[in-house]
Amino acid sequence: MSTAVDMPHFVRAKQVEALPPPNLARGPIAWIRENLFSGPFNTLLTLVVLYLLYVSVPPLLRFLVIDAVWTGTDRAACRADTGGSESGACWAFIWDKINYFIYGSYTISERWRVNIFFILLGIGVVWLLWLRAPRRDLGAVYFFWLFPVFSYVLLTGGNESFSARFWLGFAIFGSLVMALFAFVAAVLKTALRPALILGGGIVAFVGLTLAVVDFDFGLTHVPTSLWGGILVTLLVATVGIVVSLPFGIVLALGRRSKLPIVRMASVIFIEFVRGVPLITVLIMANTMLPLFLPGDMTVDRLLRPLIGTALFASAYMAEVVRGGLQAMPKGQYEGAMSLGLNYPQMMTLIVLPQALRIVIPGIVNTFIGLFKDTSLVAIVGIFDLVKTIEASRIDPNWAAPTIGITGYAFAALFYFVFCFGMSRYSLGVERRLASGQNR
Amino acid sequence: MATTMSSQQIRSVDIDPKAESAVQMIDVHKWYGEFHVLRDINLNVRRGERIVICGPSGSGKSTMIRCINRLEEHQKGRIIVDGVELLDDLKRIDEVRRDVGMVFQHFNLFPHLTILENCTLAPIWVKKMPRKEAEEVAMHYLTRVKIPEQANKYPGQLSGGQQQRVAIARSLCMSPKIMLFDEPTSALDPEMVKEVLDTMVGLADEGMTMLCVTHEMGFARQVADRVIFMDYGQIVEMNTPDEFFKNPQHERTRLFLSQILH
Repeated sequence: MSTAVDMPHFVRAKQVEALPPPNLARGPIAWIRENLFSGPFNTLLTLVVLYLLYVSVPPLLRFLVIDAVWTGTDRAACRADTGGSESGACWAFIWDKINYFIYGSYTISERWRVNIFFILLGIGVVWLLWLRAPRRDLGAVYFFWLFPVFSYVLLTGGNESFSARFWLGFAIFGSLVMALFAFVAAVLKTALRPALILGGGIVAFVGLTLAVVDFDFGLTHVPTSLWGGILVTLLVATVGIVVSLPFGIVLALGRRSKLPIVRMASVIFIEFVRGVPLITVLIMANTMLPLFLPGDMTVDRLLRPLIGTALFASAYMAEVVRGGLQAMPKGQYEGAMSLGLNYPQMMTLIVLPQALRIVIPGIVNTFIGLFKDTSLVAIVGIFDLVKTIEASRIDPNWAAPTIGITGYAFAALFYFVFCFGMSRYSLGVERRLASGQNR
Repeated sequence: MATTMSSQQIRSVDIDPKAESAVQMIDVHKWYGEFHVLRDINLNVRRGERIVICGPSGSGKSTMIRCINRLEEHQKGRIIVDGVELLDDLKRIDEVRRDVGMVFQHFNLFPHLTILENCTLAPIWVKKMPRKEAEEVAMHYLTRVKIPEQANKYPGQLSGGQQQRVAIARSLCMSPKIMLFDEPTSALDPEMVKEVLDTMVGLADEGMTMLCVTHEMGFARQVADRVIFMDYGQIVEMNTPDEFFKNPQHERTRLFLSQILH
């Protein structure tokens, strides 16, 4: 029975039951015709793409896999004049140098410490990123406090042997912090006790951290000038990522603050850092920072670019986060305020969870950019992965025509695996969050 | 003007420290830049009183009730809510907001939290209530607005009327002394207006102090103790609903009523 539109009078007598949709599935040939050859332009595009794939993929596969040299102890395996093969990648070279690529010149007998660092890093990353992992709050404590402190002790050897003067200075600094908290509490007219507990907690926390760093665990000191390879790359990237997100959020909130000084400071920092190339920041951090510091004070040569990249990424992160904050409807702020939530509660419970969710693609984009930018620390003489490859490819033991390309192919593979992993993870998170609250 | 008479009557009421009034607004003025949005607002709301505020758009009625929980700041005059004067002191403002619930035109639920989490958030964080107790309270109020079965869904999965009832329950979870409604039914499909109004009538019957900006005149007739008509940022006329609808005094009120009551 159909419903005629020109009927002057109609009353439905029977409810129309829901029917299954018609079967629209078609075979592969229909799919190809529809998607690849639906018109002359589409057909042309398909053919061009197929040609490009034909030109690029087989030679690449032949070079990287089929003709590649997998075993060998020196250049002989990869040189035609000594009976080796020159037409494929020389993976034997990577295999021979892999320890240098991973650890740099890190003292060979102490490399187990780096391995433990990698394991600790892996545990922290999985604990935080696996959304169904148990006790992720403890995971955060581990990743943002225990792991950095232990890694520091593990990698450098700890045992900083601070002088008595240093501890005296720390005691003075600690009491100043407590006084500051009490002062702020008095200005804001809030209770004094929680402010003192908070201030004391921070001082105790910093003091405990310093004590651990100070303690002699009996580990040999390994100076940072010996560190290198994947160790340095992952270290710079992790520190950059871990610092840039919270610092970027603070900068973004600062830039939207009603307090003029806070806003100006944030704007100046962000615009200055964004307006300067990373290489300039690195070179300035490396060569100019020591000039400004008092003569007896030095900043570790690895720490300088570490701070440089972290601050650099923070400025970009701040703008990404600001985009998310601006996308938040005013009603969310009003809803939170009308319930009596104060500013920190409103931001951490209502606004930031939603704002950060909106900008996940932008955040991951910045992370990926940061991860690749770590290779620029080579400019100031830090032996990251790319620099170790560059140093190895001129080794006369491995003087062969394909060595350079093989080395860079390895670097490309390494960076691609990590960046692609980040990209896939963020897509997964987005999909999961979207299914939770389909709006 | 009729305003002058009514405002003089209110002016005679002094600030009472024991706070028998739920809300007192004395000579309140507010400007948006150059625009004088609230002019000479004088209003005294007794505890348990139900007040309906109507008026054309842009007449300042929303702004007026948003001043009561400081979502908007007044620039002149005094506002005393539940015995606490609204000054620049952040802590007192948070205190006032704890006791004043607000329901918005666009619900303003938190889309990233479930219905239950929406309702328990403020009791847990602001009132420091244990989670379990907060959940019991939330389920109690969700049952009262007749949607306990939706507790674990997200706001986006609910209809407009259901969302607005959640918003009411969310406010009630803080056990407010005063409830503000800012056009709670204006964004709803016609079929959903009644379920929200029924919830509000139930609340009024229990003696909640309510200030409602609404154009639901049936609701005003049924529950309001006083109806206020605003225009150009002023209170133009204020009366009991019977008198207000039957015998409007000011010609602006008559014009307005003739346009909304067909």
